[in-house]
Amino acid sequence: MFTAIQHSVSPFDAERFRRDFPILQREVYGRPLVYLDNGATTQKPLAVLQTIERFYNQINANIHRGVHRLSAESTEEYERARTTVQRYINAQHPHEVLFTAGATAGINMVANAFGDAFVREGDEIIVSEMEHHSNLVPWQMLCQRKGAQLRVWRFDERGELSLDHLAALMGKRTKLLAITHVSNTLGTVNPIAQITALAHVHGVAVMVDGAQGIKHGKVDVQQLDADFYAFSGHKIYGPTGIGVLYGKEQWLSKMPPWQGGGDMVATVTLERTTYNDLPFKFEAGTSNYIGAAGLAAALDYYSAVGIEAATAYEHELLQYATQQLQAIDGLMIIGNADSKAAIISFVQQGVHPYDTGMILDKMGVAVRTGNHCTQPTVDHFGLPGTVRASFAFYNTPAEVDCLVEAVRRARQMTL
Amino acid sequence: MSINDIQDCIVDEFGIFDNWMDRYQQLIDMGRELRPIDSGHRTDQYLIQGCQSKVWLDAELSPEGTVLFSADSDAIITKGIVALLIRVLSGQKPQDILNAELYFIDRIGLRENLSPTRSNGLLAMVKQMRMYAMAFQAKMQ
Repeated sequence: MFTAIQHSVSPFDAERFRRDFPILQREVYGRPLVYLDNGATTQKPLAVLQTIERFYNQINANIHRGVHRLSAESTEEYERARTTVQRYINAQHPHEVLFTAGATAGINMVANAFGDAFVREGDEIIVSEMEHHSNLVPWQMLCQRKGAQLRVWRFDERGELSLDHLAALMGKRTKLLAITHVSNTLGTVNPIAQITALAHVHGVAVMVDGAQGIKHGKVDVQQLDADFYAFSGHKIYGPTGIGVLYGKEQWLSKMPPWQGGGDMVATVTLERTTYNDLPFKFEAGTSNYIGAAGLAAALDYYSAVGIEAATAYEHELLQYATQQLQAIDGLMIIGNADSKAAIISFVQQGVHPYDTGMILDKMGVAVRTGNHCTQPTVDHFGLPGTVRASFAFYNTPAEVDCLVEAVRRARQMTL
Repeated sequence: MSINDIQDCIVDEFGIFDNWMDRYQQLIDMGRELRPIDSGHRTDQYLIQGCQSKVWLDAELSPEGTVLFSADSDAIITKGIVALLIRVLSGQKPQDILNAELYFIDRIGLRENLSPTRSNGLLAMVKQMRMYAMAFQAKMQ
């Protein structure tokens, strides 16, 4: 298998890229680290680490405020980061790119600001059954606040959503559909462009959770025609605490600000405030400008690696892992959609996912176990949780072999 | 045997293992040997909810004034640690349980299992065992 993979893959040199990630050299419990928890967070290349260090060492000053040189440079770096993101996701305008603390913050901003402007009592919001809690709970909260109805778009046993079901769910009162680009538990890649096309026929806005989707292939928000697309920097090789909410200008300009504070205002008297223009209206307080620069460095790095090549290589890892894991007695893969990102969830008959995870950990293999913040998704299968391995382009077929061996070992030990 | 005598025994038993896998295998074997809780007790009433694995715990006061614990878990490693905790604390007087300092977990290298970052229900189980001891203590006075 191994050799088959090496021959069939386009010449993608994972070993070379591994050297860009210092953490991948470390050991845990005296074994080489096999990091397969990329769905939770990705590791950071030197390019990102050096950008952050350089910023603190040479530029650091608060943005949009000072008259002095450093503040001007800092602001310039921050706005350059915005343009980098804009180009990366092919947004039409830089001001459609809002910096946030992460995907969760972006989704909550939409749930509040869009919700306040456009959702009334009796209106409906649709969420898919495979949403991460961060693209479910904010909508539940909105519905509760507004007296709106939450409707659920269910997936089938393979972990796929049907467009026919969506068509049947949408009605005159449906205001927004919240849908993940890629399921963090099942790996399903949802056909966002088709989904938005259908939703827009019914006048329904679409909030896409791009937390996992952002590193899966090239994301083009205009091609996807997403009304909103949220992602986190740390899941695409960037720093934690920085994220992006893309929103179409037509929506953002009509939405009220969510959080009040500095930088988001035009004029302030004690009685009344007028708000700043986009994107600053939605960026109250001191932004994580160094995080933004780190994220831009990550996007540049990933582009240089080759987004399509990396995604194709990850797909080969997924196929290899699927094939190898399926050969283990009593192992069942959860999530068998036709189109999957490099995320593989599984359970072993008679072995609790927690036990598997603990034993894998002792063998140096980092995976995630549990419900992955998608309780309704694992409930769908009547499971206490799953074991999830999620790959990045710096993983290797040899690491897949370590995973498979560790899973076999866990089974032998506990059964 | 006192709580600390039992803890010392366990530390000795685990002392012979020089690698993680053997330690965990021992834990798993102990989990297998734990007398299962009455099936009627594997209910929400006795459940201590962890995010990942579940623990069920019950306790009664013996005529001799000691606390008898019984417990179970749906994950075998968690169950192994449950078995160790029962071995240490079951059959002890309420006051002794309340005074006990559980150092064996740390010394056998399983501290991570009892840290708040592990959502396996074990930390809550220890708390619950102390609550039972406290309640029985109050009852006896």
